Amino acid sequence: MTRQELLVIGGGPAGLSAAIAAADAGAKVLLVDRAPMLGGQLVKQTHKFFGSEKQYAKTRGFDIAKLLIADVLQRSDRIETATGTTAVALYPDRVVTLVKGEQYRKVAADAVVIAAGASEKFLAFENNDLPGIYGAGAVQTLMNVYGVLPGKRILMIGSGNIGLIVSYQLMQAGVDVAAVVEAAPTIGGYKVHAAKLARLGVPILTSTTILRAEGKEAVEKAVTVGLDACWNPIPGTEQSHDVDAVCVAVGLSPLHQLVSMAGGKTAYIPELGGFAPLLTAEHETTLANVFCAGDAAGIEEASSAMVEGRLAGYAAAKRLGHAHPDYDALVADCHAQLDTLRNGPFGRKTLAGIEKMNEKLREACRLAQ
Amino acid sequence: MRIEQHPILDFAPKKTIPFTYDGRPMAGREGDTVAAALHAAGVMKLSESIKKHRPRGFWCAIGNCSSCHMTVDGVPNVKTCVTPLVEGMDVRSQAGRGSLS
Repeated sequence: MTRQELLVIGGGPAGLSAAIAAADAGAKVLLVDRAPMLGGQLVKQTHKFFGSEKQYAKTRGFDIAKLLIADVLQRSDRIETATGTTAVALYPDRVVTLVKGEQYRKVAADAVVIAAGASEKFLAFENNDLPGIYGAGAVQTLMNVYGVLPGKRILMIGSGNIGLIVSYQLMQAGVDVAAVVEAAPTIGGYKVHAAKLARLGVPILTSTTILRAEGKEAVEKAVTVGLDACWNPIPGTEQSHDVDAVCVAVGLSPLHQLVSMAGGKTAYIPELGGFAPLLTAEHETTLANVFCAGDAAGIEEASSAMVEGRLAGYAAAKRLGHAHPDYDALVADCHAQLDTLRNGPFGRKTLAGIEKMNEKLREACRLAQ
Repeated sequence: MRIEQHPILDFAPKKTIPFTYDGRPMAGREGDTVAAALHAAGVMKLSESIKKHRPRGFWCAIGNCSSCHMTVDGVPNVKTCVTPLVEGMDVRSQAGRGSLS
């Protein structure tokens, strides 16, 4: 077993930012990611980001990944990186077990930042396990990282921003999008994304969901159905689509499992995507010196994940005796950036989730006393 | 099914990586994962459900979901969606849970 000052689990926007901030404050960091490369899901984001300059607005996601990775490599005296390395367990004494191929090792960390990201939500429908049915993230990975098409003609389930953006990216790659279906009566994502699809002639069918997929060895057809005001299927409104792939973009859930296995408190908070860890304002879990940032702390987007990562990085370094000389100002700036990013219709949902989370945290603290 | 032209990304032709799938010779490209190479060659079914043997392809492509488990170079339950393709790899479909013996 080796000792490590700060262990950051996850090399996406939150983890990279946490490592950079903690290293700038003076901490020695080990940054691990199970993927063969750093960057997390940024590497497949071909669209330009919103937000402000501090979150690299107007820059494409994969270019943001390059900038953050370069910042990490520049700090190689303070940050050690390990890719292809999966954190398989976290124990209450902050021992983390890491697996790389056949190698298994234990690291005793003084502090941990969990930036493990999220997993795709699934949807219940007949034959939802047929090959050709993908999560939206998988479609992006296939197309934008490996240059492989998921199919010739695809049905998109979900009109949130991910569903809309991925539909547009599919068209860019040369895939025909038969339709975007949305169970709710209104389109979920930004109008600007929906308008791009409308201009390309892609129908967005609201109050509609997928009933079943059909096919023997892979998807050959998908059948959708209209929904009434109570979200019940309306008989006679079934529509068959000739598609060879179905993309499910119905949201993400935080990967809270490492926090949970070490005994950190979590709560089911729908606004944050499912079970989310209870966190202080500095993003510390109910486990001392274990912090959490990014989608693992509650589903939002990459811009806020970067800010949360910085916040957790500064806070974790301070706990280790490496308070950044400008700590108070930097942390206040992170909070101000998060307030700005959440100052919109989608932010309201996140803020409602954080309010619920704070309530659960207060409750947990009362019980502990 | 490879993307040849893209308005933002550059997918310049890369070195061909030969491997076998259930004994049949196949070719992927440098930088592919095993699952991406199979997918590009039109192989959608990567595994079977354990009890009912229903065909399974990959779902998440980032090592979360276990839907892409295959036997690679004799090792079962390899997550082919995050395993880089290596020249000469012996990739096989896997029925059941897999065994190390």
